[in-house]
Amino acid sequence: MAEVKLLGAWGSPFSRRVEMALKLKGVEYEYIEEDLGNKSPLLLKYNPIHKKVPVLLHNGKPIAESLVILEYIDETWKTNPILPDDPYDKAMARFWAKFLDDTCMPAIWQIMWSKENQREKAIEEAIQHLKTLENELKDKRFFGGETIGLVDIAANFIGFWLGAVQEASGMELVNKERFPVLCRWIDEYVNCSVVKQNLPPRDKLIAFLQSRFSASSWKY
Amino acid sequence: MGEVKVIGSSKSLFCTRVEWALKLKGVEYEYLEEDLLNKSTLLLQHNPVHKKVPVLVHNNKPVAESLVILEYIDETWKHNSLLPEDPHERAMARFWAKFADEKCLMGAFMAFWKEGEEKEKAIESALESFTFLEKQIQGKKFFSGDDNIGYLDLVMGWIPLWLNVMEEVGGMKLDDPQKFPSLHEWAQNFNEIPLIKDCLPPRDELVNYFNFAVNYNRSTAAAKQ
Repeated sequence: MAEVKLLGAWGSPFSRRVEMALKLKGVEYEYIEEDLGNKSPLLLKYNPIHKKVPVLLHNGKPIAESLVILEYIDETWKTNPILPDDPYDKAMARFWAKFLDDTCMPAIWQIMWSKENQREKAIEEAIQHLKTLENELKDKRFFGGETIGLVDIAANFIGFWLGAVQEASGMELVNKERFPVLCRWIDEYVNCSVVKQNLPPRDKLIAFLQSRFSASSWKY
Repeated sequence: MGEVKVIGSSKSLFCTRVEWALKLKGVEYEYLEEDLLNKSTLLLQHNPVHKKVPVLVHNNKPVAESLVILEYIDETWKHNSLLPEDPHERAMARFWAKFADEKCLMGAFMAFWKEGEEKEKAIESALESFTFLEKQIQGKKFFSGDDNIGYLDLVMGWIPLWLNVMEEVGGMKLDDPQKFPSLHEWAQNFNEIPLIKDCLPPRDELVNYFNFAVNYNRSTAAAKQ
């Protein structure tokens, strides 16, 4: 199926989503690490609009935006599908992936960057969205059912990065008391082989986040 | 193919997208008009997460989020495809739809709502985003890339009417025919299509709606102070 390259960043959950999907499907690819503080001419050429990672290059043609890339990967390499066949189930997966990116994640980041007097409100909002997410999971092993799917891949931030953010900042949002079902999913998720292989080193990530938080003089 | 209902608001550009898609596919549906200031139990039941329109209900199963609904419609009723066949072209259509909604549409809303210096900044930012759209439509009749409208044209479909009304009520100019001649021409062609025209709300009603929204927003802001 010819040449596949991925422009990514080791610490980026968006970049790791794409790697997870490629590895799940057994697609060989060349990984090119981007220094996001010093973006390469290659990145600026292939994603001139957003200038962000990840960018997938397939036969020289670039695709940006992780969820768009995930759907492209699923349509191009048919092994181990990450989206269901049924149009309704597919629509539900897309809905929840969008919910994660457009609603959940911004609410979580809002806690990190909010002023102290706004923080409680920001936390409440994030909790509400995470509860909605947890409610969708119910008693399923993964959002995708028995095996991980698009929503599980998209939820990698919750599955792994959030824990690192919590440890680096001292902020506690997700714990077993508040989110028993979500925590159960997190445990299953990080122990899943295709996920385990596609996570950044935890210590390195925590150290990186700590330095970013202190550089912005943000304190929890 | 089962019962289809659309829970929507006739002034909502997101709802009109869904109607356009259903009409393009010749799908019969029942339209249920929502009063957004007094949301129905049906809406809250069918979209408990966002409580927003549009919601497509097919055989009693709800789908929310207009872009998700468009893809669902395309995959359920397979004739008159909205999205291209080729995976790379599909990815491009999805990429541009996301860009258009996040940067152009949200940009236009910001330019509409903000005042003073913030408004100027918002206009500048929106214009930058529109420049990318102009490049995309150059040399093409429609965003679909061929003679018939497709997914991306429906996604951009708010530009001819809604943007025009927002510009009038909000006191700003984004769709400048001199800055964006190709986009302007696309807008003229798109709005002339009978199926498209049929679903548009009357312009004066839309003007009233946006005026009402501005005043409502101002009075609630004043009440908070």
